[in-house]
Amino acid sequence: MGRETPKQQQQVSYTVEQLVAVNPYNPDIVPELENYVNEQVSSQTYSLDANLCLLRLYQFEPERMSTQIVARILVKALMAMPAPDFSLCLFLIPERVQMEEQFKTLIVLSHYLETGRFHQFWDEAAKSRHIVDAVPGFEQAIQTYAIHVLSLSYQKIPRPVLAEAINVEGLSLDKFLEHQAAGSGWILEKGHVRGQLIVLPRNEFNHPELKKSATDTVPLEHITRIFPILG
Amino acid sequence: MAANYDYEEAPGTYDDANRQDLGYDPNFVPDSVKSFVVHLYRHIREKNVYEIHQMYEISFQTLSDRLFKDTPWPSVDAVAHYVDNDQVFCLLYREMWFRHLYARLSPTLKQRIDSWDNYCCLFQVVLHRVVNMQLPNQWLWDMVDEFVYQFQSFCQYRAKMKNKTEQEIALLRQFDQAWNVYGVLNYLQAFVEKSNIIQILEQEKEGGEQFTATDGYDYSGGSNVLKVLGYFSMVGLLRVHCLLGDYQTGLKCLLPIDISQQGVYTSVIGSHIATIYHYGFANLMMRRYVEAIREFNKILLYIYKTKQYHQKSPQYEQILKKNEQMYALLAICLSLCPQAKLVDETVNSQLREKYGEKMARMQRYDDEAFAIYDELFSYACPKFITPSAPSFEEPLVNYNQDAYRLQLKLFLYEVKQQQLLSGVRTFLKVYSTISLGKLANYMEVDESTLRSILFTYKHKTHAVDSDGKIISNADLDFYIDDDMIHVVESKPVKRYGDYFLRQIVKLEGVITDMDRVKLE
Repeated sequence: MGRETPKQQQQVSYTVEQLVAVNPYNPDIVPELENYVNEQVSSQTYSLDANLCLLRLYQFEPERMSTQIVARILVKALMAMPAPDFSLCLFLIPERVQMEEQFKTLIVLSHYLETGRFHQFWDEAAKSRHIVDAVPGFEQAIQTYAIHVLSLSYQKIPRPVLAEAINVEGLSLDKFLEHQAAGSGWILEKGHVRGQLIVLPRNEFNHPELKKSATDTVPLEHITRIFPILG
Repeated sequence: MAANYDYEEAPGTYDDANRQDLGYDPNFVPDSVKSFVVHLYRHIREKNVYEIHQMYEISFQTLSDRLFKDTPWPSVDAVAHYVDNDQVFCLLYREMWFRHLYARLSPTLKQRIDSWDNYCCLFQVVLHRVVNMQLPNQWLWDMVDEFVYQFQSFCQYRAKMKNKTEQEIALLRQFDQAWNVYGVLNYLQAFVEKSNIIQILEQEKEGGEQFTATDGYDYSGGSNVLKVLGYFSMVGLLRVHCLLGDYQTGLKCLLPIDISQQGVYTSVIGSHIATIYHYGFANLMMRRYVEAIREFNKILLYIYKTKQYHQKSPQYEQILKKNEQMYALLAICLSLCPQAKLVDETVNSQLREKYGEKMARMQRYDDEAFAIYDELFSYACPKFITPSAPSFEEPLVNYNQDAYRLQLKLFLYEVKQQQLLSGVRTFLKVYSTISLGKLANYMEVDESTLRSILFTYKHKTHAVDSDGKIISNADLDFYIDDDMIHVVESKPVKRYGDYFLRQIVKLEGVITDMDRVKLE
């Protein structure tokens, strides 16, 4: 889901991140932050902090707001799911702007993803190609999110359910499954009634017995409190 | 010290039409006030922090109650010559003067602007000059707290354009820099940076610095003012960002303060409560309900145990108000994220008493439930602001509710998305395994919809924490195998580790006490 731009990126992004950390309450950096959004889109990177900084500055001076940039920020935020970035951005966008058509569409898309309605999501996304095609990597990011939710829920998932969630079918799905079996440990089984079953990798959410007894670990800082007593 | 504090305010500029302060003479200085400023000035020069604190906290209140119940204190010009016309003292006096005004009376626009000017002068002095004072933490916290409060108040005031007089509009246009959001944020940021507080706190962890250990006070002859203002400004920044609706950045600003430990933020009860209130609220809006519940629980227990000691304090009312608001927020969090074991018994019983019935209704997720969520949220939320300047052109409107309405709307939207979850919980509690088909039948939805509901349940109960990790806060969980749902109830694990740690420390305390007895 890639939240932060790697520091090895071009000089520009490093400087922008620094700006946001050191001098964020400064109207002069708006153009740079806007460029940075476009750069995130074209180079498939992402920085929530920089985008929040820009949305704040738009809040301070609404005449400078570019709805196109805001829309791109929201699409990037959607791609960061399951992180709540989309709603964090919405908190900073005035209500009347959210009433515009393209934002209403994005909010509907977010709603479908938040409530696991993948079929409706892909339908709506297909109708809004102009919004989602503008941001490369969108489809893969949403598929990653869908698989995340499926991995939380399913130990073994029927093929049609998976297909609907990631919007891939037929030969493409076969190829996708092969790839996942080779790289991510997916196992393909034959289901008893409904065709193929995919066994997803074991994690603590779909295999509760794997859940570490995290509640009984004691952090080191707490133990240091009794060092003088022990020593 | 400094030369005249030149201030262009003349007696009688105070808009008497606004208040019933018949006979307020800004130049009349009662003897008790003269004595107050003379002693306070001396104590500040001599760095008697304890005496300063007594005068600031107690004497100032007593005099205010006795002599200035509904009038301002004497003007700074009237008292300046008692204190050598000391510039810094005059700035401090005016800060208290305005704070008293805001608390007891309604400030006019001109007064708001003048207060901003005073803060600018005072902050410039602290930031750019070598200040040689030690002031009590209470006072330094109050400065930051009041600064943010007056900013919030100004934004609310400015957003009510409808009934503004020509005069007021002219003043607003003329002094458009007063209380502008850039200025406020940049001052707070400047304190954090110039004081180097973040590095100090980091170095303290490695034993290189002393800050928390001395409660922020400087025992090597220096001043605590810049450092402690820098420290409290981090809380100030959290607060301002919450007012703007930027919860992520707000929490980031607070990050250098470790709220799992005591610190300078706990040295002043007002600061402790403000920190946790905003921390909890920000986490609530970011859907980190478990984190919010934990912190609200801790502070509510703390307030329950210690509020009797603050009964005489001027902050008592505020403490009680925040206490009630946090119970409301806790009720919201627990309704959205049921957790059996996170809340202390004492807090739980208070919660049941105040909101037991409402919580039951909230979990029914019908129309009435949304009304209650609305009510509690509106009661407990911060006073959100619109930071941008008003438009003077269009028909003048009131837009002071816009920011609040947006946050409320988005919050209720989130609540609505969780609406179907309580239904599924009821069934999961009863079955250990059930097929998708059967459950869909019972819930009167088709299988596809049921799957969506189950996905929503999983997504909403598995939050992303500050490190990007997925944390489950589901007390009731499940997994699906093909078309069978297997329900898993998480058993509460006994926290042996913590228990032993507490008992070890306790025993050590007992042994130490016994040792002391022997020596006597």
